[in-house]
Amino acid sequence: MMDFINFHLMPGVILGSIYALGAIGISLTFGILRFANFAHGETMTLGAYFAFTLVQLTGWHPLAVLPFAMILTAAVALGVDRVFYKPFRAAPAIMVVIASFGMMLMIRSVIQFSWGVQLKSLVPGIQRPYILFDALRISPKHMLIVGSALGLMLAVHLLLSRTKIGKAMRAMSDSPELARLTGIDTEMVIRATWVLGAGLAAAAGVFLAIDTHVETMMGFKLLLPVFAAAILGGIGRPYGAMAGGLIIGIAEELSSYAWLGDGPLLAPGYKAGVAFALMIAMLIWRPSGLFRGKVF
Amino acid sequence: MDQAYGIFLYVVSLLTMGGIYAILALGLNIQFGFTGLFNAGIAGFFAVGAYVSAILTTAPSARHLGGYELPVVFGLVAAMVVSGAIGWLVGRICIRLRADYLAIATIGIAETLRLILKNETWATNGARGVSEVPKPFEHLPEPWNQVGLMLLVLSIVAVLYFLLERARTAPWGRVMSAIRENEPAARAAGKNVEQFRIQAFVTGCAVMGLAGGLTAHYLKFIDPNAAEPLTATFLVFVMLIIGGSGNNKGAILGAILMWTVWSATEIATSRLLPDEWAIRSAYVRVFLIGLVLQIVLQRFPGGILPERRLSAAKGDKSSP
Amino acid sequence: MAVLELENITGGYGETEILHGVSLKVEAGEVVVIIGPNGAGKSTAMKAVFGLLRLSSGRVLLDGADITSMATEQVVRHGVCYVPQTANIFPSLTVEENLEMGAYVRKDDYRPRMNEIYDLFPPLAEKRRQSAGTLSGGQRQMVAMGKALMLDPKILLVDEPTAGLSPKFRGEIFKVVQDINGAGVPILMVEQNAKQALSIANRGYVLVDGRNRIDDSGPGLLANREVAEMFLGGGTNGNGTGSGAGGTNGT
Repeated sequence: MMDFINFHLMPGVILGSIYALGAIGISLTFGILRFANFAHGETMTLGAYFAFTLVQLTGWHPLAVLPFAMILTAAVALGVDRVFYKPFRAAPAIMVVIASFGMMLMIRSVIQFSWGVQLKSLVPGIQRPYILFDALRISPKHMLIVGSALGLMLAVHLLLSRTKIGKAMRAMSDSPELARLTGIDTEMVIRATWVLGAGLAAAAGVFLAIDTHVETMMGFKLLLPVFAAAILGGIGRPYGAMAGGLIIGIAEELSSYAWLGDGPLLAPGYKAGVAFALMIAMLIWRPSGLFRGKVF
Repeated sequence: MDQAYGIFLYVVSLLTMGGIYAILALGLNIQFGFTGLFNAGIAGFFAVGAYVSAILTTAPSARHLGGYELPVVFGLVAAMVVSGAIGWLVGRICIRLRADYLAIATIGIAETLRLILKNETWATNGARGVSEVPKPFEHLPEPWNQVGLMLLVLSIVAVLYFLLERARTAPWGRVMSAIRENEPAARAAGKNVEQFRIQAFVTGCAVMGLAGGLTAHYLKFIDPNAAEPLTATFLVFVMLIIGGSGNNKGAILGAILMWTVWSATEIATSRLLPDEWAIRSAYVRVFLIGLVLQIVLQRFPGGILPERRLSAAKGDKSSP
Repeated sequence: MAVLELENITGGYGETEILHGVSLKVEAGEVVVIIGPNGAGKSTAMKAVFGLLRLSSGRVLLDGADITSMATEQVVRHGVCYVPQTANIFPSLTVEENLEMGAYVRKDDYRPRMNEIYDLFPPLAEKRRQSAGTLSGGQRQMVAMGKALMLDPKILLVDEPTAGLSPKFRGEIFKVVQDINGAGVPILMVEQNAKQALSIANRGYVLVDGRNRIDDSGPGLLANREVAEMFLGGGTNGNGTGSGAGGTNGT
């Protein structure tokens, strides 16, 4: 039982929180801008690398530099939108998807060029986990990740439900044309969406880096599970994305548990396929997702 | 004299690999250019074709499935069949998805295929790959061994081009064009849109499998991470878009052109720059290719050879 | 000078022209109705006001000023508010949030206006925290209209407000339209329910195949034989047959 919690459930929750943060951004950009942003993974990587450099420069704790990493990443996202995506606002959706596919490789190559491809560590040293109740292992950095992720999700909730711009984002996610016909400044909502999505992506990248390390492919490895989470929760449903992220994360980690007999149910090498399988299942069975989001 | 010979051999290799990329681009053109299907999983179907052909043609080995030692032509045909079959399975499930959903799904497919190839080491030797793959003409003296393979690849490109052009102007091609231009009208006319799309998808995947098979024989080696799958996938898209999506000539032109640029810049940077810079230059090259793509998308979406329409009266607002 | 005028509008969505030289105007205080068979281009004419059409010729004038190429959001900010026929509310927002979005461009406090809207549509007041997507068709229509009114519009454009509604709601909607107009807001309305609509209209335009066919006063059109044949006698649109029920709805 303890093994189950320590080595499968807990890691699942942590991974799920990271997926959830990434998925909110994807769900919002998908819902409001109507395209799957393939460069979202690299946005997460960028956030982690910004945090790495900031930690190097200041010596602060990663959590302290997180807001600045988020701001820097958001600025990059706004710039990318302005130069590479905005020209396609009125064009067929396929154009901006290709553009984002290209952006994915461009951002990654900039990161590889600027920082090199060796693994880097965000939090030096090994931390010893606390042992509660003689058996439950809780590591400080995991508490940090889950706590911060929850805090961010709460902030997102407040933004979307209490602020004017948040409501405008939800409105535009329902119908961009109606939003325009209501007089809402759609370009401002789009900018806000990029800022929010990129900020959360940066946080996801930083948390993953805290949990593991900083490397150039980390965002791409997150891309599929994050997309799966967004689809699972329903496109345009930020709360769905949060739930979807947790479900995918936990499912991934639970897949290698010995449910039947001796060995893991699914060979750990295939863990990455769990998210994909769930996504395909969702697309076939209920494309609008658990929370009935958009189907385009 | 030596230098000229070296350049000659280099050109042969350029045309061989460029020809293989042309096959990939033609396959993508069927799916994306003609039918609007965003297959981002090119690398997966390519890999399947490569492994199938490799396994069927290599000598027995303790490290992987094989030992059938069939002739290369069997391997290539089998590569097409298996890739096409997987394409059919994927198509059955995913063909109704909108373009970006399909892109996500196909990336997932490619990743899953890669995982299978990497994990099922009993069959594939895992990350270490399958080597000693037989190469056509390898027993001929140099340069004929290389020239022979190049001619084989180029003639396959020519045959493929011919067949695809015939298909494009035939009734099948017209229906595909109609579906892409105005799907509701095509449906109303009684066309089974899904069937046509699946056909296009399967054909494209089979062609990609062929390219994979050829590569396995050309390099005599294949592994799950052959040529950084995503970069290669991206490269094929860029080739098609720059050359002219929807146009078979454009696909071939784009492939050979881009491959030459890619390969030549790789050689130039590795020769002229010191080591650490040479590695970094790879990233610069990817960045520049990406940038060129963005410029083409914004300014010249039709590519160098824009698609020639079958009927002149159609509008111009379609995918590139 | 008319509040809103379409001058010789020719255009469509893609390459085909839907409207051919359509002209109409709305003067201060009026209720103007556009009627016509299905596919006549009635809704299209309305969308032209918001720049949602590709125009080959013609102008749109607001208080005499040319707004033909103005962006949609800008047109709305200039006081032209719109209740589309479908997709006219934000389903995942609550009723109150929908109204808030209607007031998005207001710089002042929108609360007094919101209370006025709740007075106008009492059922909305009790459902204000309910998600708009869960409301019935008639209630949604109220939300859509209320939302459009949050900006104290200079003119209100309404596209087939009674489509798909029960007879009871139809009557209520027409009454609301009259109330709004009574408060001084000119209204341009597209309607299938020709008879009911014309009975509350000052003037009307009949569009057929994207062209002006007849324009006259409301009573004039009601008495017009051709109009009667097209809409009122044939009963193809269900409004002719419903004329008995329509009489009890206070229109």
